[in-house]
Amino acid sequence: MVPVTEILAFEALSLTLRGRKILNDISGRFQPGRVTVILGANGAGKSSLLSCLSGLREPQSGTVTLGDRALLSLEGKERGQLIGLLPQRPDIHWNVDVKTLVGLGRLPHSGRWGMSANDHQAVARAMAATDCTELSARKAMRLSGGEQGRVLLARVLAGEPQWLLADEPLASLDPAHQFDVLERLKNYTAAGNGVIVVLHDLTQAARFADDIMIMKEGTILAAGPRDQVMTADIMAQAYGVEVQIGTSDTGEPLVVPVRRL
Amino acid sequence: MMGMDRNGVNQDGWRLNVVLVVALAAMMILSLAAGKVWVSPTAWLGDDLSALIIMELRLPRTVLGAAIGAALGMAGATMQGYLRNPLADPGVFGVSASSALGAVTSLYFGFAVSAWLLPAFALAGAGIGMGLLALLAGRSGSLILFTLAGVILSSLAGSLTSLMISLAPTPFATTEIVTWLMGALTDRSWDDVILAVPIIAVGMAFLFATGRSLDALTLGEDAARSMGVNVLRLQWFAVLGVGLTVGASVAAAGIIGFVGLIVPHLVRPFAGHRPSAVLLPSALAGALLVVGADSAVRILPSVSELRLGIAMSLLGAPFFMALLFKMHRELS
Repeated sequence: MVPVTEILAFEALSLTLRGRKILNDISGRFQPGRVTVILGANGAGKSSLLSCLSGLREPQSGTVTLGDRALLSLEGKERGQLIGLLPQRPDIHWNVDVKTLVGLGRLPHSGRWGMSANDHQAVARAMAATDCTELSARKAMRLSGGEQGRVLLARVLAGEPQWLLADEPLASLDPAHQFDVLERLKNYTAAGNGVIVVLHDLTQAARFADDIMIMKEGTILAAGPRDQVMTADIMAQAYGVEVQIGTSDTGEPLVVPVRRL
Repeated sequence: MMGMDRNGVNQDGWRLNVVLVVALAAMMILSLAAGKVWVSPTAWLGDDLSALIIMELRLPRTVLGAAIGAALGMAGATMQGYLRNPLADPGVFGVSASSALGAVTSLYFGFAVSAWLLPAFALAGAGIGMGLLALLAGRSGSLILFTLAGVILSSLAGSLTSLMISLAPTPFATTEIVTWLMGALTDRSWDDVILAVPIIAVGMAFLFATGRSLDALTLGEDAARSMGVNVLRLQWFAVLGVGLTVGASVAAAGIIGFVGLIVPHLVRPFAGHRPSAVLLPSALAGALLVVGADSAVRILPSVSELRLGIAMSLLGAPFFMALLFKMHRELS
């Protein structure tokens, strides 16, 4: 009974904050069943685009659509069911245990009087998918950074959104945990869901992205399948650095910035 | 301790509420016996003078104490959840200070001749306070702006109250104001119950309705909004709920501090730390605490009755320090 994931698109989006143009009349679309990585220098508008896509921010003009419906026409609760957001800074405020915390991800689904059997199954699946099951009874605030990253990812997965949006989920994670998070995000697309991730690590982006959208100064510099966008020329335009693109001994892509241009 | 059944329903949460309800009922019955005059329980329902003491003096006082304790406990739990700050209390919005200012105004002008005027002024003060809060914080839903507005309102009302005291026309008025500000349930009648309880009930309904949104805020504001929480609606439910409960409490009994701060901390280890799970037990434990403390001040051997507000502060300050030490340990 998995509903078909609809295309998430934005059209003529403009956003001005405190007199500064953050997003400048941009349009684009994301394909379900694929990982799209959004790249760009600091201040390029990546996080702002993500907050428009998740309905947190209302653009001054333009629309975000999910299938044939405007995102802002949806009730908050329904939007929460369809689009899950993993915010940039991990925020855990009360000393709740892991299972309770992951259960919060079901809030857009559950009724006033608590969680149904369905909700509990979704929580269990999300915890299994992120290897959190053993942390179940631990206090979430006492976990290590890597464990918290997994638990917060489980929280979003528990909502079983059609679209999962993650804002720099690798910040403060060591390489092993970075792989874990990205593998899990990639796995989430296997069932047809869409994943959009803002990243700074070009090698990780090249390895995990199906599509790349690269932003510069509030506009979209390039968007498309990874191999078309991940070129030295486009990276130079986007970041102002020279990058060398190669492959590892085992065939993995390597993208290394070598000097400032 | 926290216990979860197979479906993750917090069974101990229900057990805790049942225990608190039973304890509260027992404490309320015991409180009817507390006082300078001993009335045998067999005479409670009679029609002589001693029955009158129970039904017309002690029972309304107990009911009012329970209502105010529940109001303050739940308001405190909501404030802590909303501000995600374990040191927040219902006073943060400035509602209790502005409500007290209203009451003091009526005492200043000597209006307190009618039983209804002081509470009416106190409620008007709370209402004006909420209105000013709305003007100051606007429609932004911003937590910082809102907290600042509450702090400003609180200190403004506090200084105006001090002004009233210093300018009081007679020493008698000064004494009356200062005594009233300390908060007490002495000599409260069914009139006070009828005034305060319905308003408190409406306020508590607003507070109770914030539960799910408070839970979502555990993950921070962005995550909560992405799950469909309307932060502006939450803000106004919290303001209305705290305004009505605290405003009515101050109108009926003056300022009784620390209940809203302490009680959520007392119940959290038993209820779990999920903000919505703390709301109901906080109301019950708050009622239990106020009824118990009010019974204690009645039977303490002192020349004149110890004011409840002072008793709560005496109890609260050491608790507050212990809380800070505990947080200090956890941070280091």
